[in-house]
Amino acid sequence: MKLRYGTFSYLPDLTDDEIAAQIKYALINGWPVSVEYTDDPHPRNIYWEMWGLPLFDLEEPDGVLAQINECRQAFPQHYVRVLAYDARLGKQTTAMSFLVQSPDNEPGFILERIEGPDRTQHYSVRSYATAKPAGARYTGE
Amino acid sequence: MTTSQGFGFHRPGAGAAAAVTEEAPAEPVILGDDAELDLSADESAARVEETLAALDAELVGLASVKRRVREIASLLQVDRAREQFGLLSSKPTLHMSFTGGPGTGKTTVAMRMASILHALGYIRAPRVHVVTRDDLVGQFIGHTAPKTKEAIARAAGGVLFIDEAYYLFRPENERDYGQEVIEILLTEMENERGDLVVIFAGYPDRMATFFSANPGLSSRVPHHVEFENYDHGELVQIADLMVEAENFRFDDEAREAFSEYLTLRLERPNFSNARSVRNAIERCRLRQARRLVGLNRPLRREDLVTLTADDIRGSSIFADADLDEELVEDPVPAAD
Repeated sequence: MKLRYGTFSYLPDLTDDEIAAQIKYALINGWPVSVEYTDDPHPRNIYWEMWGLPLFDLEEPDGVLAQINECRQAFPQHYVRVLAYDARLGKQTTAMSFLVQSPDNEPGFILERIEGPDRTQHYSVRSYATAKPAGARYTGE
Repeated sequence: MTTSQGFGFHRPGAGAAAAVTEEAPAEPVILGDDAELDLSADESAARVEETLAALDAELVGLASVKRRVREIASLLQVDRAREQFGLLSSKPTLHMSFTGGPGTGKTTVAMRMASILHALGYIRAPRVHVVTRDDLVGQFIGHTAPKTKEAIARAAGGVLFIDEAYYLFRPENERDYGQEVIEILLTEMENERGDLVVIFAGYPDRMATFFSANPGLSSRVPHHVEFENYDHGELVQIADLMVEAENFRFDDEAREAFSEYLTLRLERPNFSNARSVRNAIERCRLRQARRLVGLNRPLRREDLVTLTADDIRGSSIFADADLDEELVEDPVPAAD
């Protein structure tokens, strides 16, 4: 199962050149770009780990790509995403977010039905991957 | 970003931020063996020629530098032509070292170099990122590498201009982090993907020690360009150009006085070529302003534009010369 997450996720994986082109777009707009990674695939997981600091004042995407590649090397089986932050007054939000790496093997989610009071039914989603402790979740097999 | 874009989408080329956009690479067509290629017909050749002509017109003297820049430009042009015939050769390494006294135009030539390299498609933007030791060397262990990498990232696709590069290497201090900077730079300079050109600049004698202490570095910098000091005639020419650029003019006596001033100034310590000339003109303007205010009469355009001999002879250099050979210590040593 392939996790669809962030912009461009229904496209084939972006090549490095395509990633560079997207980053260039962000830089032209004046958005600082940062890199984050995680091994918790839950869609509500908003606390990703930062890879280094956001990269300010760049003109060309080379510096960001170097960081992405370093991050991929350090965490070959993690999700890695690129964020572009629009700091303009009135926006001050993430302007673009897309995955640049996902694990080879994503086991998917289990849907759990929870019995509530008065026979009400609640649902929760749990990733098979989170059965293992953080850091040992995606080993490739 | 100061302008609000509303709901509009960004269009490359529309905003000032996108002033420098890349062109889509044309489909390479390999020419046959008997085809002929006119170098001057290349559209980038025209842009290069324009930049070289501007270099010739706006910079006085520097004959050897101009020749070297022209050679490098020709090499790149020929390389492009060879590529069109399918004759692939390795990408030339274009890292340079500019050595010369203060005020000889190293930074200015670096800017021109960037626009030439850009016109030939060697770098992606005609941008020069100027750094000094402060921007590269950190204060603590592990602080240097991120700083250097950040500087390289900012210069990516353009020119990284390292001013006073010899400060990076301090042989007297073993624990200096400058050595680390050089190591990172070396790996980055070897890396061909980067489209990055590194230019080391500094005073000739100290750069010589710098390069002799780093054999790896000097062998990776194929282009050593030397900037000679300007002679008297060239300095007068520079002064004329500067005065004209500021919308002033010397009257005849003033030009003579300035030429005399330069003769005296050349003998003084701390003479820094074009920079000294610029500073001298700045001070002439101050004296002119004082004179004009003291006139107490309505001023015409002519008055505002003209620098007279009095404005120049007010300099402390002439005052000292009047004291004959008994050279008084310059009250302000860096009076340039």
